[in-house]
Amino acid sequence: MAERTAPVVSMDAITKTFPGVRALDAVRLDLHAGEVTALVGENGAGKSTTVKILTGIYRPDGGTIRIDGEPVTFDSVNAASDAGITAIHQETVLFDELSVAENIFIGHAPRTPLGFIDRAEMQREAAKLLQSIGAPFDPRTRLKDLGIANRHLVAIARALSVDARVVIMDEPTAALSQKEITELYELIETLKSQGKAILFISHKFDEIFRIADRYTVFRDGAFVGDGRIDDINEDDLVRMMVGRSIDHIFPERNSTATEEVLQVTGYNHPTEFADINFKLKRGEILGFYGLVGAGRSEFMQSLIGITKPSKGVCKINGKIRVIRSPADAVSNGIVYVPEDRGKQGAIIGLPIFQNVTLPSISRTSRNGFLRLAEEFALAREYTSRLDLRAASLDQDVGNLSGGNQQKVVIAKWLATKPQVIILDEPTKGIDIGSKAAVHEFMAELAAEGLSVIMVSSEIPEVIGMSDRAIVMRDGRIVAELEDDDLTPETLVRHAAGISTEPQLERA
Amino acid sequence: MTDTAAQPRHIPDRLHGSLHRTLRSWEALLLLVAVAIFILNSFASPYFLNAWNLSDATFNFTEKAMIAFAMALLIISGEIDLSVASTIALTSTAMGLALQYGAGTPELVVVGLTVGLLCGAFNAVFVTILGLPSIVVTIGTMSLFRGISYIILGDGAFRGYPDSFSWFGQGYVWWVITVEMVLFAIIAIIYGILLHKTNFGRAVYAIGNNSTGALFSGIRVQRVKFMLFLLTGLMSGVAAICLTSRLGSTRPSIAQGMELEVVTMVVLGGVNILGGSGSIPGVVIAAFVMGLVTFGLGLLNVPGIVMSIFIGLLLIGVIAIPRIVAMIANKRSRP
Repeated sequence: MAERTAPVVSMDAITKTFPGVRALDAVRLDLHAGEVTALVGENGAGKSTTVKILTGIYRPDGGTIRIDGEPVTFDSVNAASDAGITAIHQETVLFDELSVAENIFIGHAPRTPLGFIDRAEMQREAAKLLQSIGAPFDPRTRLKDLGIANRHLVAIARALSVDARVVIMDEPTAALSQKEITELYELIETLKSQGKAILFISHKFDEIFRIADRYTVFRDGAFVGDGRIDDINEDDLVRMMVGRSIDHIFPERNSTATEEVLQVTGYNHPTEFADINFKLKRGEILGFYGLVGAGRSEFMQSLIGITKPSKGVCKINGKIRVIRSPADAVSNGIVYVPEDRGKQGAIIGLPIFQNVTLPSISRTSRNGFLRLAEEFALAREYTSRLDLRAASLDQDVGNLSGGNQQKVVIAKWLATKPQVIILDEPTKGIDIGSKAAVHEFMAELAAEGLSVIMVSSEIPEVIGMSDRAIVMRDGRIVAELEDDDLTPETLVRHAAGISTEPQLERA
Repeated sequence: MTDTAAQPRHIPDRLHGSLHRTLRSWEALLLLVAVAIFILNSFASPYFLNAWNLSDATFNFTEKAMIAFAMALLIISGEIDLSVASTIALTSTAMGLALQYGAGTPELVVVGLTVGLLCGAFNAVFVTILGLPSIVVTIGTMSLFRGISYIILGDGAFRGYPDSFSWFGQGYVWWVITVEMVLFAIIAIIYGILLHKTNFGRAVYAIGNNSTGALFSGIRVQRVKFMLFLLTGLMSGVAAICLTSRLGSTRPSIAQGMELEVVTMVVLGGVNILGGSGSIPGVVIAAFVMGLVTFGLGLLNVPGIVMSIFIGLLLIGVIAIPRIVAMIANKRSRP
């Protein structure tokens, strides 16, 4: 066990500042061979910045990185990967138009003696890698034809292909189904037995306690503590993370919803979903549960006029409304907070206040002319309600951490004063503290009479928050559950389409 | 919300005052370049600091700048229109044809503006309704529009525009102030307000930074882009009226190659060629910079081919220098 005590990678007193923000303040982090180290912290704690420094994307302003005790500097991403460090990012950069094999081997493809890419060898190696992680597709498949979970497997295969000593997994399970997560755990065990050091970033505590050997906690860019996972319990870890304890209990709600706000009848799409019917009452939280790819997001996006062509009748307050574009949806009081924050939610490049006011611009302006004072006032009202952390309201939203970006996106939609808000995976990839805040906030909104549709793949969230839950499978509604019928077992059974009790991963 | 937030933090509206932001802007750097060129020119040639000469020099950029303002919005939104010079050719040809059928000055103006708009609408349909990439569509219409002019005119030219029509390109409003200068100023102000002070301008920036996000935010992305192509066509029409009036004739080679000078002006003005950022004041200063360089070199009898080398170097230099400075600063700050 002696070699396990000397870290492979050791970061010491690492500091990194951005304009107006000190992202990391003299933090340290050790990674050991054959062990999984969980990096734990709330949004904005500096986890992503740490990953970017380790992979050579950012250069630290101060501090040292040592590999096997030798100080190193990473001038580029290549320098880091040459040193054997590889990462699977939150949003790993993959190439849609290339094949799976090309994606895996881009930058380090096997060569023929003449220096050309050895395609046959590449296909073989790729097939071998894919098989080793149980990926069910051909290496010649084009990446754009794969779903999000399978793309993730490609990213993992890519990380494995470089023969890394250090594997960084940033939110690896965020987009995976329960079965795929179990497979990922097996994969991590394999990597451990090969002596690789693994940095595991996750917001899910059950995962951390299931898979990690060590933990390191950051808070607001500073190092808080580290140790062996066996020596700590969940409550203590949460306390270290947030500086105080948070009770896991979902907000108390008593729904007295009666008045019908939204009625959807016979929504169909040629390939994505069929025969969607449901009703939504004022002040109600309606959960939409299902496996990844069940057609929930596609349906929601068709409801607001994005996914076309779709057919169906949408009644709001008893009147038929035709929604052909998100602009129509906003003016009818239906808004959609997308899951893909970077692409569909935030407008990176625009300041925070302009992001918030974008869909409400007709309210802050007069006769088509902007009024900045009104914009700042509206942005301030909603961002402070969501407890945004930022240097200033005219800061580029792209400089914020993921959780704070999500707050800006939610603020943007609440500022339109909608009747129905659709939240697509609202707490995906955000830390436990922010998660509780979002839940609290949803309950508050519902109590104020806003109707909430919550698309979620997290069973505790669906059960804890929903008055009613709809389960979708393969593009169809397969169950509508409430009260005593709404249990983890019923949700999973309907979502997976099986009658026997499924095996549940639970720490 | 009380769970996570011990105290709601106060976030200021802005981190820096307006003076700080202005001084650190691209426009400030460009203004410095303009002043430097002005001083250099006045030393290099005794004829430079002459009001009438300077007035003549503005023709180097006024027509191009009119299009550049509309083009700036189009490029900020992530699209481009390379057919603007050919639109001028087709518009001028249409005006020449109208002249043959006895059109007077008011009719000529109406024809000019209408044909410009139609050319813009033609591009807009292909880009926004059929969803084709604008660079491909407008390279196509670049050949198409000018090709039509060549078919109609061949080797010939339309001449004999009425005297009153020459007012647009040759007239003076007061002393050395030309009609084109006034048009340039008015159009600059209109586009400055449109881009920086209206909801429409905000939508242009949002689309340029993230068109999917803008669509999800309830912006009618295709409608905005359609409008931008119409505006660019309209401005090409205005420029066609001015240029035809100034030259007093229409040849199919009119304004040949002008589209690249317009794009150069826009990029020099600090508009990101990939969309998302840029300003009208920047384009205004860039117009002056290009005008001053061309005029100064002209006074020194530098031939046109060499001039284009200068313009090219200026563009690359002004874009590259801030990047080089940043790289050096970055290296220094490394531990």
